[in-house]
Amino acid sequence: MPPAISVTDLSKTYASGFQALTGINLEVKAGEIFALLGPNGAGKTTLISVICGLVNPTSGVVLVDGHDNIRDYRAARARIGLVPQELTNEAFETVWNSVSFSRGLFGKAPDPAHIERVLRSLALWEKRNNRLITLSGGMKRRVLIAKALSHEPTILFLDEPTAGVDVELRREMWEVVRGLRESGVTIILTTHYIEEAEEMADRIGVIQRGEIILVENKQTLMQSLGRKQLTLELLEPLVSLPNALSDYPLTLSDDGQALVYRYDTQQEHTGITGMLEELRKAGIQFKDLHTEQSSLEDIFVNLVRENP
Amino acid sequence: MNLRGMAAIYRSEMARTRRTLLQSIVSPVLSTSLYFVVFGSAIGSRITEVAGISYGAFIVPGLIMLMLLTQSVSNASFGIFFPRFSGSIYELLSAPVSYMEIVMGYVGAAASKSILLGLIILGTAGLFVPLQIAHPFWMLLFLVLTAFTFSLLGFIIGIWAEGFDRLQLVPLLVITPLTFLGGTFYSIDMLPPFWQGVTLLNPVVYLVSGFRWSFYGVGDVSLAASLAVVVAFLAVSLAVVSWIFRSGYRLKP
Ligand SMILES: Nc1ncnc2c1ncn2[C@@H]1O[C@H](COP(=O)(O)OP(=O)(O)OP(=O)(O)O)[C@@H](O)[C@H]1O
Ligand SMILES: [Mg+2]
Repeated sequence: MPPAISVTDLSKTYASGFQALTGINLEVKAGEIFALLGPNGAGKTTLISVICGLVNPTSGVVLVDGHDNIRDYRAARARIGLVPQELTNEAFETVWNSVSFSRGLFGKAPDPAHIERVLRSLALWEKRNNRLITLSGGMKRRVLIAKALSHEPTILFLDEPTAGVDVELRREMWEVVRGLRESGVTIILTTHYIEEAEEMADRIGVIQRGEIILVENKQTLMQSLGRKQLTLELLEPLVSLPNALSDYPLTLSDDGQALVYRYDTQQEHTGITGMLEELRKAGIQFKDLHTEQSSLEDIFVNLVRENP
Repeated sequence: MNLRGMAAIYRSEMARTRRTLLQSIVSPVLSTSLYFVVFGSAIGSRITEVAGISYGAFIVPGLIMLMLLTQSVSNASFGIFFPRFSGSIYELLSAPVSYMEIVMGYVGAAASKSILLGLIILGTAGLFVPLQIAHPFWMLLFLVLTAFTFSLLGFIIGIWAEGFDRLQLVPLLVITPLTFLGGTFYSIDMLPPFWQGVTLLNPVVYLVSGFRWSFYGVGDVSLAASLAVVVAFLAVSLAVVSWIFRSGYRLKP
């Protein structure tokens, strides 16, 4: 089975002369949830737009399920559902008509039962006869999702699907997305809610200044780049670290009240036992201790900071 | 061919007409009726005949053409401008439809509206003046060709325009003057020779003339010339549209 999306040496320079994408190489496997992370202006939307045929690439090749997205655009596009970042729609249409229109546009025979399922799954069924202009922002976004799902795509792009959607609905949408993945749909999403990527994604790609700086399995990423830290609250403040402890990756807080010990979760030997032993020998007592594990957010922030 | 996609565009455009029925149909019919009252009855009572036809009847083809041109351009330009403006065009551009299918959907709908309108105006005119249509087939051919050609022109304007003001500009500054100076309300041999020559540079003259010929068997220029101009106009518009989609002009950054 070919990858759902395969991007080779893709570059995009806008007419303004601004280079938004530089030599992107990326493969998204069929059936996975791929989260594309990156700060504002990194090029996420541009990359998605090129793949979906909304922006002309300057160079490079995009294959969708093995079909060139320019030469064989019908086959490529028929597979893709796109939920754009911007809220855009035909203000005066009803929800039902707008979603049915999308299905027709993609060349699918009318299937009211399918449209009904989609609308129900997105909690839009009650609103089916409302004009789009009368919907709230979160509802409009869900209409865009419904439009993308109306033609039963096998690859779904979600460009910040949950921006402006309340917490409860966000959870419901995650359920919808998981359900889609169960049914074999490949999902590529961008988000600024890292918890979303952490919760949903199988693999994560980080893009910065138009370059992919990392693509990794989420689990591996969180393990390999994830760090834990142990904080010991001291009974008596220390002025400096005792010499016996200098071999350990320990730092003393500025006020001397706490010791922070950083370690990799992957390591066989974390060195905690030895460190505690040395503390005891040195007569350093502590009143409390706690550990913290870095989240995907910390990893992301560090990555972006390390690649200026 | 994605016929369903094309049909979806066509249907949604026709649905837009139904939503805006008043301005799409009623207002052109009303203004045409006013033309008949003013030009046909008030002025026409002083000008008895042009080329052997009563003045009221003489202006019918020109009036229909006037409405056909302005309505085709404004309907088609608005049809494609609005999705560009609102951003919902993303869906069109990411769908498995060819540019010809998109054009056929939009232009077909705009042209259908204009043709319908032309026939309604024809019917309205029949209430004011006795009509005869010498060559019904040619009449319909001119009606359809003109509606398509100018809807295509409107489509191009809708893609070119970057704001509502520009959208209004071309119909106002180009189409309306050309039509009024295109022999709508007069036969060009009523003009001094110099202006006759100038007028022959106006493509609308050929449309009106051909159309009028299909009614009364007389025209300012030959039927072949009329037909040639319409077809040439159509070909140029098609070439421009195909360039727009190939280059992504104003559609794809
Ligand atoms: N049509 C355009 N012409 C010129 N520059 C553009 C155009 N569209 C986007 N850009 C620039 O390309 C860069 C990438 O934009 P893009 O929208 O892809 O970012 P993004 O990663 O989606 O950001 P965000 O998280 O804010 O959505 C930005 O610097 C943007 O200003
Ligand atoms: Mg974006």
